[in-house]
Amino acid sequence: MSNSKLARRFVIAVPNIWLILFFMIPFLVVLKISLAEPRIAIPPYSPLWEWVNGEIKFNINFENYAYMWEDTLYINAYLSSIKIAAISTLLTLLIGYPMAHYIARSPEPKRSILLLLVILPFWTSFLLRVYAWIGILKTKGILNAVLLWAGIIDEPLIIMQTDIAVYIGIVYTYLPFLILPLYANLVKLDDTLLEASRDLGASRISSFFRITLPLSMPGIIAGCMLVFIPVLGEYVIPALLGGPDTLMIGKVLWTEYFGNRDWPVASAVAIVMLIIMLIPIMVLRRAQSKGAEI
Amino acid sequence: MKLRFTPIMAFLGFVFLYGPIFSLVIYSFNKSKLVTVWGGWSTKWYGELFANEQIMDAAWLSLKIGVTSASVATVFGTMMAMVLVRFKKVRGRGLMGGMITGPLVMPDVIIGLSLLLLFVSMQSLIGWPAGRGLTTILIAHITFNMAFVTVVVQSRLSDMDDSIEEAALDLGASPTRVFFDITLPMITPALISGWLLAFTLSLDDLVISSFVSGPGATTLPMVIFSKVRLGVSPDINALASLIVLVVSVGIVISAILMRKKPK
Repeated sequence: MSNSKLARRFVIAVPNIWLILFFMIPFLVVLKISLAEPRIAIPPYSPLWEWVNGEIKFNINFENYAYMWEDTLYINAYLSSIKIAAISTLLTLLIGYPMAHYIARSPEPKRSILLLLVILPFWTSFLLRVYAWIGILKTKGILNAVLLWAGIIDEPLIIMQTDIAVYIGIVYTYLPFLILPLYANLVKLDDTLLEASRDLGASRISSFFRITLPLSMPGIIAGCMLVFIPVLGEYVIPALLGGPDTLMIGKVLWTEYFGNRDWPVASAVAIVMLIIMLIPIMVLRRAQSKGAEI
Repeated sequence: MKLRFTPIMAFLGFVFLYGPIFSLVIYSFNKSKLVTVWGGWSTKWYGELFANEQIMDAAWLSLKIGVTSASVATVFGTMMAMVLVRFKKVRGRGLMGGMITGPLVMPDVIIGLSLLLLFVSMQSLIGWPAGRGLTTILIAHITFNMAFVTVVVQSRLSDMDDSIEEAALDLGASPTRVFFDITLPMITPALISGWLLAFTLSLDDLVISSFVSGPGATTLPMVIFSKVRLGVSPDINALASLIVLVVSVGIVISAILMRKKPK
């Protein structure tokens, strides 16, 4: 009896201690360092408290946050990230919804095969899939070659290193994140509801807007949040496909850390990013618990 | 028969998903270095890929990290899933559930930065970890991978009928024995797909590894990233094609395995 109790405690303790140590505490460290002053030393920030003649002395400063507020770069980067994340989430939804709907309405075994086809790219390297677009979108790339050959355009389109390339890259890599929860929701849709509405004379379009769409709302919200939240902090896509004008907060944080080696400001950037993300994360958790009820 | 909107959109969507991957595979066999020029079929980029020591070393390191972190994460993730689904009387399950979804949605830059700052603080406090490299990358990968494994195993566990487990408990088997004799064989397909997911995510991670890595440890994505920032390079196309091949085979095998063992 005590043996199995011990085993039970062990099973609870191991993953939770790991997560607290390597997932929760790091956030406190980030918070702490965001209140420190940058220094040219190892580590490159000032301690928050010091023992001076037997007394503890605190050096908490909010200058990193004040600095972020004064320098418009940071505010613009947050706003631009939110804008890019919102637009690309909408585009992903517009492309992903018909796909999820079609897969969910397909008969087996076609449904499983299509689902597998959605998941497959998700398993191949994310970095390499973003890289594939460089060859397609660049000025002397595949897309321009095809369009020029077909006579649709006379001059090559400049897409690489613009925000358009970033949108394409995001929609492309995050499409499975949206399709999967949406599919899981749509596949549970009760067919009899649609049959009833058709029997009562509703058109296909009207039954879609009055039945399918409202019932799939938890799936839409969960899928959209699974795209929106990670895209807010996306670094690789703007770094590879975007240009110098593409402003995203993930890129700013990366430069602050790797380029400027300013750890306190990088931490402050991360803390504000976390606060901004709390709202969509809460929306996601609510949508997920609602989706579980259906 | 009139054309319907959804099938066409779905078809275009799949073309969108697969076009870029096919373009990588096709151009990996292109003799010419330029994307727009077709120089004839050739496998020379594959030869160059295997001759590139930097890529091969990084690939080996990434494989080691992938196998180790996926295995540890599968153990931890399964424990977490058991706690969340089967341990009904544990306090703070909601909190644990929230904590485990964290790594799934948190941007990589934040996870990377926060872990790095933790490692630096720990080093100055207790002297461990001494420097950054393989160990710190492993810790980071185990942390985000266990969240993904938990989700996979959790969904399998909650779909599963627990009456057999309860019957065994009623007949006097110890909980540990019930887990190893009944639960574990039943969730094995989920463990395999959880492990594979963790392995691929580990193999793919650029941002978190870049933050927590040290001078001695360069993973495959870090090499790829520094190469492709300079433009298209055909040996990377060859590498991508090999990954696509391995992944497709793996997915098909795991799909067959999953289907063989229905609930």
